[in-house]
Amino acid sequence: MTGINMRSLAVLMIAGGLALLAMLLLASLAEAQSDPNRFNRLMKPAAERNAPPPEDGIHDADSPGTHLLQTPREAFDALPDSKSGNYVQWNAAMDEGLIEPRNSLTMVSTPPIVLDLNIVREVKGSMPDVVYPHKQHTQWLDCSNCHPAIFIPQKGANQISMASILLGEKCGVCHGKVAFPVSECRRCHSRPKEQTAAN
Amino acid sequence: MKRWSGRLLTMFVIAGLVPAVVAWAEYADVTINTQSEAEGVAPVIFPHWFHRIRFQCSVCHVDLDIRMGAGTTGITMEKLIDGQYCGACHNGNIAWSIDNCDLCHSGRPGLETGVKGGHETMGPGLY
Ligand code: HEC
Ligand code: HEC
Ligand code: HEC
Ligand code: HEC
Ligand code: HEC
Ligand code: HEC
Repeated sequence: MTGINMRSLAVLMIAGGLALLAMLLLASLAEAQSDPNRFNRLMKPAAERNAPPPEDGIHDADSPGTHLLQTPREAFDALPDSKSGNYVQWNAAMDEGLIEPRNSLTMVSTPPIVLDLNIVREVKGSMPDVVYPHKQHTQWLDCSNCHPAIFIPQKGANQISMASILLGEKCGVCHGKVAFPVSECRRCHSRPKEQTAAN
Repeated sequence: MKRWSGRLLTMFVIAGLVPAVVAWAEYADVTINTQSEAEGVAPVIFPHWFHRIRFQCSVCHVDLDIRMGAGTTGITMEKLIDGQYCGACHNGNIAWSIDNCDLCHSGRPGLETGVKGGHETMGPGLY
């Protein structure tokens, strides 16, 4: 009688010990991520990018539908990388023929109306000037997406500032929400200031 | 043994909390919950990244009259079954049909209507 009891007690102890080990491991993982002095406190760790829907914090992991959805990481594997947003260079992906977004509900039959017109906006201060390219936009968008509601179609007729962009106006209607975010300064501020003669 | 189980319990709680704290929605995912939860279904999550691989912006934002503002288009199920908005494609013809409720209504309870920024600095407005 006591032998059996002792044995089951031993089994219980071993099982308990294993469970404790597993818990300790989990807890130390948890600590690593909540460590107040972790190296990157706010910047998103690379391993967390383009996470599967059940782990992304907005999808309901308990819903069966969530588990049928595609993981962005898997779709983006073949596409050129960028530094933020979806971590995809969408225009390059299109130019290289890696994606072929349709321009109507059915097949891409008519070639899109692409306007190749750059507008240079001179910027006060040291920041390089902004080159607004119609080409990269009209590959995705229609003139009426911007004209006249967001921009009057006339060079220099629109007041644009970084403050308004950050508030989600002007370029910020799309950049920072769906198109590449404002953190990639150089993609907009792409024309270096001309070397002005010191006289 | 009692103290052990107490510690185990706290560890369970900590381990359970972690995934909830470190989570990053995909950039440009739109969450729509103007009526969903009030009407007893989960909030809707619309993935821009998935659709822009397949369609240009103008297909939705010009041809289908979807507005560039989360929750501002006034989407309802009645309009969808009549072939408007999502229903122009999710009709069993261009894409899977409207009876796959939980592929669209896939959000966690309590989600607010809005667009998710998922880059380094945690989203629009915080740079
Ligand atoms: C993503 C937004 C966007 C789209 C889409 C767009 N434009 Fe523009 N457009 C601009 C901006 C920004 C300017 C510069 C306005 C300024 O400098 O104040 C501009 C300026 C113009 C100008 C004035 C050029 C000048 O030299 O004065 C014309 C004409 C124009 N656009 C035509 C078009 C046409 C035609 C299309 C469609 C094929 C189009 N745009 C699509 C944003 C856009
Ligand atoms: C209606 C939406 C919209 C508006 C408004 C808009 N953009 Fe864009 N922009 C896009 C999209 C979509 C792309 C494609 C790349 C992407 O999605 O990341 C793009 C791409 C670009 C690119 C090309 C980057 C590259 O490396 O090829 C530049 C530069 C740019 N935008 C600058 C601007 C500037 C400057 C403004 C304001 C004057 C502006 N955009 C306003 C949607 C918009
Ligand atoms: C989506 C395109 C875009 C991106 C990305 C962008 N800018 Fe700008 N920026 C603009 C435009 C457009 C203007 C207005 C130019 C003008 O005066 O016509 C501007 C203006 C500025 C100015 C001049 C002051 C002001 O507020 O008008 C500064 C400084 C500046 N940007 C800094 C930055 C920095 C730093 C970053 C990166 C964190 C950045 N910008 C990213 C488009 C952009
Ligand atoms: C398959 C359809 C579809 C495509 C393609 C699409 N969108 Fe959207 N977009 C939506 C829907 C749906 C909403 C949310 C509307 C609502 O809730 O009323 C939205 C919302 C937006 C918003 C508003 C976000 C906010 O709340 O501030 C912006 C900006 C936007 N889209 C830009 C784009 C750009 C740029 C592209 C192309 C690169 C694009 N969309 C492609 C369907 C689409
Ligand atoms: C293609 C995506 C999609 C599918 C599939 C879908 N819905 Fe919806 N549904 C939406 C959107 C978008 C809204 C608007 C959400 C909001 O404003 O809160 C909505 C709203 C609703 C609402 C609240 C408002 C209303 O119009 O009644 C209910 C209830 C609802 N859906 C039930 C369902 C049920 C049940 C199914 C399956 C038979 C279903 N939905 C399938 C996208 C979808
Ligand atoms: C222009 C056409 C179009 C519109 C409009 C559209 N979708 Fe889709 N959607 C598609 C296509 C095509 C697929 C891929 C279908 C397949 O896998 O067979 C898809 C797939 C999806 C998926 C699954 C993505 C995955 O991971 O597989 C979701 C979720 C979704 N759509 C939600 C919506 C919602 C919500 C709306 C409306 C707000 C909407 N869609 C509007 C064309 C559209």
